[in-house]
Amino acid sequence: MSNSVRNLSLFALMALLFMTVGFVQSWDVSLTLLNMCIISAIMALGVNIQWGYAGLFNVGTMGFAALGGLAAMLVSVPPVAGAWQAGGAGIFGGLVAALLTVAAGVHAWRRTLHLGRRRYWLTGLVVLLGYVAMRAIIDPAVEAIEAVDVTTSGFLGGLGMPIMFSWLVGGLFAAGAAWVVGKISLGLRSDYLAIATLGISEIIIYFLKFEDWLTRGVKNVTGLPRPVPYEVDLKQSPAFQSWAGGLDMSIDTAASITVKLCYAGLFSVVLLVVLYLSEVALRSPWGRMMRAIRDNETAAAAMGKNVTSRHLQVFILGSAVVGVAGAMLTTLDGQFSPPTYQPLRFTFLIWVMVIIGGSGNNWGAVLGGFVIWFFWIEAEPIGLWLMRALTSGMAPDHWLRLHLIESAAHMRLLTMGLVLLLVLRFAPRGLIPEVKR
Amino acid sequence: MSFLVGEEMVCGYGGADILHGCTIGVEPGEIAVVVGPNGAGKSTAMKAMFGMLGLREGRVLLQGEDISHLKPQERVLRGMGFVPQTNNVFTSMTVEENLEMGAFIRRDEIVDTMQQVFELFPILREKRAQPAGELSGGQRQQVAVGRALMTQPKILMLDEPTAGVSPIVMDELFDRIIEVAQTGIAILMVEQNAKQALNIADRGYVLVQGRNAYTDTGAALMADPEVRRAFLGG
Amino acid sequence: MSDVLNALVILANFVIVPGLAYGSQLALGALGVTLVYAVLRFSNFAHGETMAIGTMFVILATWGLQSAGIGFGPLPTALLALPVGIFAAIILCLVTDRLVYRYYRRQKASGVIYLIVSVGVMFVYNGLIRFVIGPRDQVFADGQRFIMKAREFKQMTGLNEGLAIKTTQAVTVVTAIVTVAAVFWFLNRTRTGKSMRAFSDNEDLALLSGINPDRVVMIAWIMTAALATIAGTLYGLDKSFKPFVYLQLLLPIFAAAIVGGVGNPIGAIAGGFVIAFSELFVTFAYKRVVTYLVPESMAPDTLVQFLSTDYKFAVSFVILVIVLLVKPTGIFSGKSL
Repeated sequence: MSNSVRNLSLFALMALLFMTVGFVQSWDVSLTLLNMCIISAIMALGVNIQWGYAGLFNVGTMGFAALGGLAAMLVSVPPVAGAWQAGGAGIFGGLVAALLTVAAGVHAWRRTLHLGRRRYWLTGLVVLLGYVAMRAIIDPAVEAIEAVDVTTSGFLGGLGMPIMFSWLVGGLFAAGAAWVVGKISLGLRSDYLAIATLGISEIIIYFLKFEDWLTRGVKNVTGLPRPVPYEVDLKQSPAFQSWAGGLDMSIDTAASITVKLCYAGLFSVVLLVVLYLSEVALRSPWGRMMRAIRDNETAAAAMGKNVTSRHLQVFILGSAVVGVAGAMLTTLDGQFSPPTYQPLRFTFLIWVMVIIGGSGNNWGAVLGGFVIWFFWIEAEPIGLWLMRALTSGMAPDHWLRLHLIESAAHMRLLTMGLVLLLVLRFAPRGLIPEVKR
Repeated sequence: MSFLVGEEMVCGYGGADILHGCTIGVEPGEIAVVVGPNGAGKSTAMKAMFGMLGLREGRVLLQGEDISHLKPQERVLRGMGFVPQTNNVFTSMTVEENLEMGAFIRRDEIVDTMQQVFELFPILREKRAQPAGELSGGQRQQVAVGRALMTQPKILMLDEPTAGVSPIVMDELFDRIIEVAQTGIAILMVEQNAKQALNIADRGYVLVQGRNAYTDTGAALMADPEVRRAFLGG
Repeated sequence: MSDVLNALVILANFVIVPGLAYGSQLALGALGVTLVYAVLRFSNFAHGETMAIGTMFVILATWGLQSAGIGFGPLPTALLALPVGIFAAIILCLVTDRLVYRYYRRQKASGVIYLIVSVGVMFVYNGLIRFVIGPRDQVFADGQRFIMKAREFKQMTGLNEGLAIKTTQAVTVVTAIVTVAAVFWFLNRTRTGKSMRAFSDNEDLALLSGINPDRVVMIAWIMTAALATIAGTLYGLDKSFKPFVYLQLLLPIFAAAIVGGVGNPIGAIAGGFVIAFSELFVTFAYKRVVTYLVPESMAPDTLVQFLSTDYKFAVSFVILVIVLLVKPTGIFSGKSL
């Protein structure tokens, strides 16, 4: 079977699985799954850009996705006037102070080469003083903002712009963070990049959880505006009611399915655009150079290619894609909820997607995104069913049976880990391997 | 003929052959030096005789026995010692620890051997507690040679021992090597500094493009006008 | 004068004593990470979960001992159960190496592959823990809780502020000292230990010297498993056993190893304490200390806290970043980049 036929049939199989879920469980579930799969596929694409093109191991994917989510919230939520009045100036002043501190620190570092050891102390002192000053300006402002309407807001709010615009902004946020992280940790060993990305994503998520003045922290920001119609509005529209009646479907189901289909449509467009751009980039001279660097870094460096800056480019691009997906995820959820970002677990899932799908191959990453997310969610019903079947012979309250059924939910992680290890060992090229050009 | 000899060796890295049937041998207490232009296969020949490179044709005989199939660690057990050109000491470990590691395969008391090494290289006794990485280039080479001597080898093979050291240090190293040979150990040495090396050589091999070009005593090679013109700068 | 003493006691109670304990735990964890790095040359992302799983084995054994009525007097019973846990952890690590890592060594795989694989191992271990013991917190410390209670201290010294020393804190420090001493003795005074250092220093030369690589690797895993179990148990005794916390400890432990100089055992110890004390000093609220030390008119209103305790882990990351920017090989110049 030729390659393209094989790949096509894999995707067809995937479609079949969605249909099965639709029939066996419900179309609602199937479509929810589909939407999440599309988003996962885009994230996998982002990670694949970093891994497949340049061999960079980024363990901080969730942090960049969270930044995307932050963008979604900040762009779309209307500003809280009282809060801006109370503390807007202070926040602004604090940010200015922070920037000045960074600038002063860099300046001090660069201009004091002749001082030897004392250079460190001097720069440290400058940064410390600047930090204290910033805190002095910003702390009262933060308190004031959080005191405004604590139960319903207690934060600054956002820009009140259309939420789809935030998808781009999310990409920009992530790109910015990636620039900082990359500057610090690229050019060092791959271990350090992994640890640095792990660190930055944890810090980002902590920041989102605890800086209530910006994000409401663990209180979450709900009710984000949507790019698609609300079910409630659909159900009340007479045109829709007659259409649903014609299809012989309950109005609730019809509304829910329609909304999900709308999202699916939007997301698919983004997916196709990103996929198209990625493929174009891969086949371009730039893409070839990236792969040359990945395959033999020393040779490429000897030829005069600036390896570190190329890596930085790839790192930023991949992170931006993840940021876009993160914004889309928050849009789908309709709320921005920092506690739901569990750094390592979802980052790991996306890695499994890339590796199983086929690292280095964009189509593989997409397929991996679909396959892995699908089984991640379906593992619970399937696992439960399996455990029940296995222990059906035992008494209903036998300790082993109870323990197994209770732990069925936890088996997911174990299974995913095993799957990753097995695939890496026995089928490292994945489902859709990289095409060697 | 020889105590150790590599006969008609043919080998190389990857597809191409570097050695095209060259023969190198050494006797106990003798200093044999292999010289030649870059790419002649000097280091390759040494690695082949030590077992770090497989032979495609030819064989290596130790005291008449064919050892071509033995791994380097096994050859060490048979009495061969090897001093690599680079990365030849444990830089983070003290001089004394380096010597201890040199004798790792031995199960008996090594104190006497260590004393002998200190006799040969007095500076090492002085710096025994210092990390090898902190020593100068010449001292490091002495540690490297001492390390190899800890297994009480019958043959000591050195790959460009004076690479990158100053002329004075080179002289001192060669003096030490002569002392080692005087204890009855066979010395096989690859060298870039052809003139100085041949000066102390009992036997010299000039390799050109993987083949023996000239073979004679060191003195004879030094006196030969052709050799002088081609390799020794007139 | 008593003001200064009171201020010192506050610092001792909230920063110095906890810092010693936390620093010991981090030091032991970092030592395990640095060993694997030195010998196997990769950052073991599964180390946090190794600590957790080792602790889990100790907890199971502790429960066994407790239900058999065996105790350890004022000291935690877990100490008695420690050898069992260590043994189980060693077996697990050796099996993992045989099944997973060894293949990649034979393939001479690149460093990144090991990283990904170790993340996979991390999740398998994590799943195993949840499967066997469940995701909930487990408190398994028993025995006498305090060596010195705050009240006792106040009575003894007549000061305003009290200093409390928990048994687990003292146990941590003592165990850490004993363990570290044993490790250093092994590495510096035994033939096998020296061969490990040689292998880590220069693998080719070590092979040439007849050092058996498989044996060195096996001993490295044994030591790492033991260190991880001890570190994890001490942490779990001091705080409590929460399976996912060990994942969070990964960052400070890696930071400690890198800051001290990765691949260098002394660096790991030093790094552990640097990170621990930094975390505590930076996130401590100095309000009461300052109040004692300055005249009454200048007493502060705010908490006088550099960074909120929520950002504890950010501190280790910031220190890590600083080290990476200024001196990537760490304080004690471990293996270079």
